[in-house]
Amino acid sequence: MYSFRYHRAASIEEAKELHTTSDEGAYLAGGMTLIPTLKQRLADVDDVIDLGGIESLKGVMTSGTSMKVGGMAVHNEVAANATIDALRHLASGIGDPQVRNRGTIGGSIANNDPAADYPAAVLGLNATIHTNGRTIGADDFFTGMFDTALGDSEIVTAVEFPMPSRAAYIKFPNPASRYAVVGVMVSETNGNVRVAVTGAGTCVFRASAMEEALTNEFAAESISGISIDSSSFNSDIHASAEYRAHLVGVMAQRAVSQIS
Amino acid sequence: MATETGIGASVRRTEDARFITGTGRYTDDINVPGQTYCVFVRSTHARAKIKSIDTSDALSTPGVVAAFVGADLAKDEIGDLPCGWLVKSKDGSDMIAPPHPPIATERVNYVGEPYALVIGETVQAAKDGAEAIVAEFEIQTPVMDVASATQSEQIHESVPSNRSYDWELGDKAATDAAFEDAAHVTSLDIVNNRLIPNAIEPRAALGSFDAASETYTLHTTSQNPHLERLVLAAFVNIAPEAKLHVVSPDVGGGFGSKIFVYAEETAVIWASAKVGRPVKWTADRVESFLSDAHGRDHVTHAELALSEEGDFLGLRVKTTANMGAYLSTFASSVPTYLYGTLMAGQYKTPAIYVEVQAVFTNTAPVDAYRGAGRPEATYVVERLVETAARELNTDVAELRRRNFINPEDFPYETPVALTYDTGNYAASLDKALEYANYSGFASRKARSEADGKRRGLGFSCYIEACGLAPSQVALSLGAGVGLFESAEVRVDVTGSVTVMTGAHSHGQGHETTFAQLVSDKLGIPFENVSVVHGDTRRSDYGLGTYGSRSIAVGGSAISKATDKIVTKAKKIAAHMLDSEEDQVSFDDGIFTIPDSNESLTFGEVAFSAYVPGNFPLDELEPGLSEKAFYDPANFTYPAGTHICEVEIDSETGTTSIVSFVAVDDFGNVINPMIVEGQVHGGLAQGIGQALLEHGIYDSDGQLVSGSYMDYTMPRADDLPDFVVDTTSTPCTHNPLGVKGCGEAGAIGATAAVMNAITDALGVKDLPMPATSETVWRAIQGG
Amino acid sequence: MVDVTFSVNGKEHSLSVNDNALLSETLRESLNLTGTHIGCDTSQCGSCTVHLDGKAVKACTVLTAQAAGSEVTTIEGIGEPGSLHPMQEAFNEHHALQCGFCTPGMIMAAIGLVNESESLDGDGVRKGLDGNFCRCTGYHNIVKAVLSAQQNM
Repeated sequence: MYSFRYHRAASIEEAKELHTTSDEGAYLAGGMTLIPTLKQRLADVDDVIDLGGIESLKGVMTSGTSMKVGGMAVHNEVAANATIDALRHLASGIGDPQVRNRGTIGGSIANNDPAADYPAAVLGLNATIHTNGRTIGADDFFTGMFDTALGDSEIVTAVEFPMPSRAAYIKFPNPASRYAVVGVMVSETNGNVRVAVTGAGTCVFRASAMEEALTNEFAAESISGISIDSSSFNSDIHASAEYRAHLVGVMAQRAVSQIS
Repeated sequence: MATETGIGASVRRTEDARFITGTGRYTDDINVPGQTYCVFVRSTHARAKIKSIDTSDALSTPGVVAAFVGADLAKDEIGDLPCGWLVKSKDGSDMIAPPHPPIATERVNYVGEPYALVIGETVQAAKDGAEAIVAEFEIQTPVMDVASATQSEQIHESVPSNRSYDWELGDKAATDAAFEDAAHVTSLDIVNNRLIPNAIEPRAALGSFDAASETYTLHTTSQNPHLERLVLAAFVNIAPEAKLHVVSPDVGGGFGSKIFVYAEETAVIWASAKVGRPVKWTADRVESFLSDAHGRDHVTHAELALSEEGDFLGLRVKTTANMGAYLSTFASSVPTYLYGTLMAGQYKTPAIYVEVQAVFTNTAPVDAYRGAGRPEATYVVERLVETAARELNTDVAELRRRNFINPEDFPYETPVALTYDTGNYAASLDKALEYANYSGFASRKARSEADGKRRGLGFSCYIEACGLAPSQVALSLGAGVGLFESAEVRVDVTGSVTVMTGAHSHGQGHETTFAQLVSDKLGIPFENVSVVHGDTRRSDYGLGTYGSRSIAVGGSAISKATDKIVTKAKKIAAHMLDSEEDQVSFDDGIFTIPDSNESLTFGEVAFSAYVPGNFPLDELEPGLSEKAFYDPANFTYPAGTHICEVEIDSETGTTSIVSFVAVDDFGNVINPMIVEGQVHGGLAQGIGQALLEHGIYDSDGQLVSGSYMDYTMPRADDLPDFVVDTTSTPCTHNPLGVKGCGEAGAIGATAAVMNAITDALGVKDLPMPATSETVWRAIQGG
Repeated sequence: MVDVTFSVNGKEHSLSVNDNALLSETLRESLNLTGTHIGCDTSQCGSCTVHLDGKAVKACTVLTAQAAGSEVTTIEGIGEPGSLHPMQEAFNEHHALQCGFCTPGMIMAAIGLVNESESLDGDGVRKGLDGNFCRCTGYHNIVKAVLSAQQNM
């Protein structure tokens, strides 16, 4: 690891101040991506600003129509306390138990790894991202590979999920890393169907043809014939683009079957 | 003596006490005053000429103590890393071993090859220094494809066609004739995938030099510290053996990868004298992936000739083995004497001919990995046999049974240079069939199909040659060292016993098994026996642990030394009882004179040995300590049947192992619990090869599967509960009747899994690992 | 440097460590608790698993500074010969270790798993040990040991 200054911010304001005044600052949430990256000297930062001491970023709360997850809520907390079953299931399948005790939803979506699980939840459940300055709709948040709408010093303070009438997440895990080769979140909320796909492309995306078909009839058969364009899909030693496209169909159908 | 701690008892391991409490002592746990830290600068190019290396910026980096390049070692006449087994080509010429300087001097030949080292006050400082090294390279096109390596650009000046050797074994004419007479020929083109060993403890070395005594001390993660010392002394020129002290403390798994003498410990021990301070290096996992010797990596065409009735008539095998960029310590022996010689398997195939060419590519060196050659051989034979049975519409078990070497055929001389001493292959097969509920398979398959899934069953009736090795045989075949084992049994004044062994335990449980053996033979409490290993100053020259040799060779040496103790103790007892040596009998720790009331305990005799008040010193020396060297008369031949049942998700191609049965014949067993554990671990590695693991380089020579993000390590939920049992035909030529069990799982499992998957899919072959996509594509019909 | 006060195995420590020191490094090098092992760089092998405020975490992926004010428990803190933790006892009884390198992390992960679970079956144990690699045992006996230990915890 290159050397850096460590700061433990006591408040969101202090964290932002530290980040703004640093030449090269990095927020530290759970550290599940940042710390391995620093360890391998793949990143060189001046200041690491730990958000772990900010109480207001923690916790999972449910009101009548939505569930709000603090930016620093760890995966195991969501796996235990989320009132949306699909979200609980998704969180319980991220990484491994030790990772789930440290990794956070804010850190995950701010990093926007193309194979991460949470982006599928945020997009597939049409969540609203609260930051220390604004709210961002899910459709506007994920802008590309490892890229989001977050500004330079912006912090994800919470993610608010509207309660769906039904939702399911099915993932085909990478056998080595246990990230998603393909993960599909299917949901219906107030009659609106969403199908969000992670792992397959360079960034989480909505499968609009599937959404339309499911809006017409919410059944696995409705989407069985839909072919997925794999031209921009990831291809690696674990799965070709073509196989990923196939898996999108299989995972989506399995998700639909689970809730129809 | 059948007791709770004697031979045959599942005694809980004594070494566990430190491991479960975190008080084991691995190389990286050891720190010495004044210690510095070494970081290696490794090539990011697969093939390049080194134009220049500038260390000046590194040297001026804060905290950097020293920086060295290959030329610095060469100046001190540090020798190349040798390959210790000379294989000869068909034409009688010697294999070609290209120069292998520990630190590259003129060229780098694989990604990860070290070309400089930086020593710092801290790891961070050394890393900073390493980043400040400026090297210029002339990049060349790497040779990456095994199959076409001989037609590719020449990697080493001394190696035309990138071929180290072109070896053969068996009778070509007889085999060709057998094929001419055959009613049926089954042929397969097989790739045995490259594996990366991945002991969970990364390699490490801590070298120090004592100027006053001119003595070097090396703590390192070695499976065979004496061999490490021998190579560093005799070939690398560090110092005479007497001035080199090598210690392998607790070692966190080896699986072959820690047999070899590597660049890193060589450079570290040399550098400790250069900088006058201890130097420590611990690999990170990326370095382990890049620089541990890899395993397997064969491309093979194989054919089996059968008669109308299903008798095996001949076997023809042609293999190209990837050696990587250099010949590692034992690399040359793996695809030859540990591979070609196993092609008879469990069968009476009368004519066998094997050709192996070993080629260089711009990849990490390939050497022995758990099973070493024998898994590859088993894969060839057992994939062929299963395929032949399917082609002939014969029951796969019955075709095997028909061709088995039967109990009455032993000793059995194979057409490929081995003489099997004993075995009962049908016994293992029968037992395994029962466990696997073979007769119920059809209904299980029907149930899976009703669920839209595929189900398959696969067999592997493997044999291995273990207990490496009879020195006479090994030396005549080109080995550079004998392969005996040493032991010393020291009886203490109070009758407790310390056993020194040249074998090394890095998970095998020697401290328990060897203590069981000695306590059983001497009739003393198990707790009173301590086993010492892994230190060249504490035990006699030994050869270490690999090739399932520790109990068969090391244990036999201990047995022999213990027999000598009994002989000497009888002499002492005779003197004490005023009798004759041949009148004394010894049983269960008591010396008696038959037909008398007189007896002595082992402790009384031991005490007397060290308090020799009235010994007739010209006839009877004081003391009770004996050494033995045991050189086996033959290899041992563990064998067995593995049966794997898989279920495949037709939509995703994902394979689940629903049942795995292993019935192995290890001869006599000292500690069944430990033996079962060895089988479990081997199975996991064999299954890992079939389903998950793959060392992949891209066409530029970059290791794509170079971290746990991409190299699929078997996890708990990738594997089933195993059904493991044994049969026994004791080895006929060692005193314990044991055969060795360390590699069996890895040798047998892979073929069983792939036979099951190809059965489920109805395809002839499938490349390994059978990843979900590979299987899915097969289901799609290509 | 940062000043860190935390409790390790029930004992309070105040240390001045590098800002970038990892918890695994501090445990091994500053506190000489070498039972916490390092087996990889990517936070996967789990050999470094310890408990941080009662939860299993990978000490190689936690900065020491992050552990300030916390309670850390390592393999050295759960039991010793004569008074072993039930999980340690079960690992020995069921031969759930061979080379011993992954063992401390495996035991700490297994204790965390049992503590967090109502009751586990074999599949639950296998799934719950996803964060830990063992190259020696094939996991068979580890599963047996964890199932057995949960009866005594």
